[in-house]
Amino acid sequence: MTNLWIDLLCLLLMLANFRMLGVSRLGACVRTAAHQGMLLCLLPVLVAHDFTLGLVPVVLLGLIVRGILMPRLLWRAVLKAGVRRELVPEVGFLFSLLAGVVLLGLCFLIAQPLQADQATARTLALPVALFTIMTGFYLIIMRRTAAMQALGYLVMENGIFAFGAVFAVHEPALIEMGVLLDVLLAVFIMTIMIHHIGREFDHLDTDSMSVLKD
Amino acid sequence: MIWLLPGIPLLTGAISLLRIPRSWRRALLVFAAVSHSALTALAFRFPDLFASHGWLALDKAGHFFLAISSVLFLITTLHLVTDCHYLSGSETRSSDWFLATEPSATLAACLNLFLATMTLCALSRHLGLLWVAVEGTTLATAPLIHYRRDSSSLEATWKYLVLCSVGIAVALLGNFFVAAAGGEHAGLSLDSLRSNAASLNPVWLKAAFVFFIVGYGTKMGLAPMHTWLPDAHSEAPAPVSALLSGALLNCAFLAVLRAHAVLAAAGLADFSKGIFVLFGVISLVVAAFFIVGQGDYKRLLAYSSVENMGILSIAVGVGAGFGGLFHALNHSLVKGGMFLLAGGILSRCGSTSVRDARGLSDRARMVAGLWLTGFLALSGLPPFGIFFSKLAILKTMIDGGHWLLTTLFLAALAIVFIAMSRIVLLMLFDKPEKGFPTQRSRIQLDTLAPLLLLLLALATGIFLPESVGDLIRAAAQEVGL
Repeated sequence: MTNLWIDLLCLLLMLANFRMLGVSRLGACVRTAAHQGMLLCLLPVLVAHDFTLGLVPVVLLGLIVRGILMPRLLWRAVLKAGVRRELVPEVGFLFSLLAGVVLLGLCFLIAQPLQADQATARTLALPVALFTIMTGFYLIIMRRTAAMQALGYLVMENGIFAFGAVFAVHEPALIEMGVLLDVLLAVFIMTIMIHHIGREFDHLDTDSMSVLKD
Repeated sequence: MIWLLPGIPLLTGAISLLRIPRSWRRALLVFAAVSHSALTALAFRFPDLFASHGWLALDKAGHFFLAISSVLFLITTLHLVTDCHYLSGSETRSSDWFLATEPSATLAACLNLFLATMTLCALSRHLGLLWVAVEGTTLATAPLIHYRRDSSSLEATWKYLVLCSVGIAVALLGNFFVAAAGGEHAGLSLDSLRSNAASLNPVWLKAAFVFFIVGYGTKMGLAPMHTWLPDAHSEAPAPVSALLSGALLNCAFLAVLRAHAVLAAAGLADFSKGIFVLFGVISLVVAAFFIVGQGDYKRLLAYSSVENMGILSIAVGVGAGFGGLFHALNHSLVKGGMFLLAGGILSRCGSTSVRDARGLSDRARMVAGLWLTGFLALSGLPPFGIFFSKLAILKTMIDGGHWLLTTLFLAALAIVFIAMSRIVLLMLFDKPEKGFPTQRSRIQLDTLAPLLLLLLALATGIFLPESVGDLIRAAAQEVGL
């Protein structure tokens, strides 16, 4: 029964990834990342065999930070910079979707030898966690605006979090919170930098930031 | 007591973020630096006072790297106080009602926070906490690189922030792999990993190490993940570059060493050593390639840092524990001094291009003399400490029969030496196009800190106290070398 719920959740996470790969409106992307972050926080609850009350604060905190705080910060920075749409990327959005399909297939291949050792074997959890990490990488590498790169970082962090949840890695709560705080601060500082980039260059195109080279 | 080490700079950093008078901020920075080095020194004398607490412990390796960071931070603070234009700047009205946003305030506050996170790196005995600390150093230093608030420093900051955050996120995956390797009982604390070393799954552990060296290696400046390094080091103000190169790279190095120690305990040292050699060789070759014909003296120093991180990596790879850690110490001292000098040259010549800095020996004798000395120290001329550390590494390499590696190593060092000496001589003695007034030789306060650092680098070569040597050997043994 839980396996069914895990699979359903993973399908939703996967769809969120595809939406972010295929949409050019930054607002839609940020919202999707927020939904993904919220859904993600359910994963440790589903994976845990014995649900304890000790999980509640960590899950709630994750929900607030991943689902609300970080996307909110990012969206505010995007609004301030006055950039609503992703610039036309080197590779089109349709191609990005296709690349997503290929990546997903790749993740299933990679996940296969790893499947045996974990609590959630025989679910989609591991391939989808890997796929989320890959999607984050893809967004960071292929998209041109600074905001999209920050979003890519967010998605990648989501994926890594999912990966930890799949293996039921229980770090002590204090460290779990430290990691969350670091990620939150990273996104916060990125949004400050996005603000500065918007003011300095009047756009968020990182391709044009290429003065420094040898 | 051990909490005081990261606690004091954390507190002073937090206070410095607020809108307080500039002189207070300076005083807090000095207080943090002095108290930190005093506590670090005290811990050598009274280790019982700094007994381990939770996941924090002052082991030999951590203490060694903590001491390097502490000394460098103290001398850099001295530099900031004597050459005070960094910390003054215009006191613009801050838009925030309680946070200070002018560059000098951010500089002082983030330097404190940087010290706190570096200290945490050195003290953590838990891979999760170590990750939090290393990511913390990235976050504390990013605003420092943006000090000048212009487009090129912004570009460097963005690159640094994105590349290092992504890199360190990869290291977090490494953490999870280690957790998966050990199952429920081994956890991520170094002590329990060591005691459960035999039961760790080797395949997962190997995969974890690859993630660690790619992740923390990005931070350490190993090629080919080094691309942020020359930009960040050349755009940051000189004291920040000195700390980035002398202290921050070491922190990342320590993080990789901790991972190596876990593998060594599990009997997989050969695997991790091979990877160290691979990344070390790539770093040496890439650095040598970019140093030849480099037209910017701060980038030159940055690539030299990549080269030296390569040397450290190779040293670990061939098992030269003492040589490697000793080299880390020497490199920090010399490179810290060189970057501070580069700041002095920049303030006299107005640009970081080698072209504009020509004729330095006529313009500023003291700076030019120190620059030449620093270059000689960096190249490993006796009696500077780097000569002895390189020699120790080379000896281990030859004793181990790594002939191909030795040849490559020496060839890369020779290329770097020739290329760097050409640039340094150009800067010192070439005649610039237009004349300029010769500077009267008055006491130049901003050469005091680099002079101190270079003297220390000389001291490690001429007379290395027995206790320091023992500390280095014990530290090397602790990280599985």
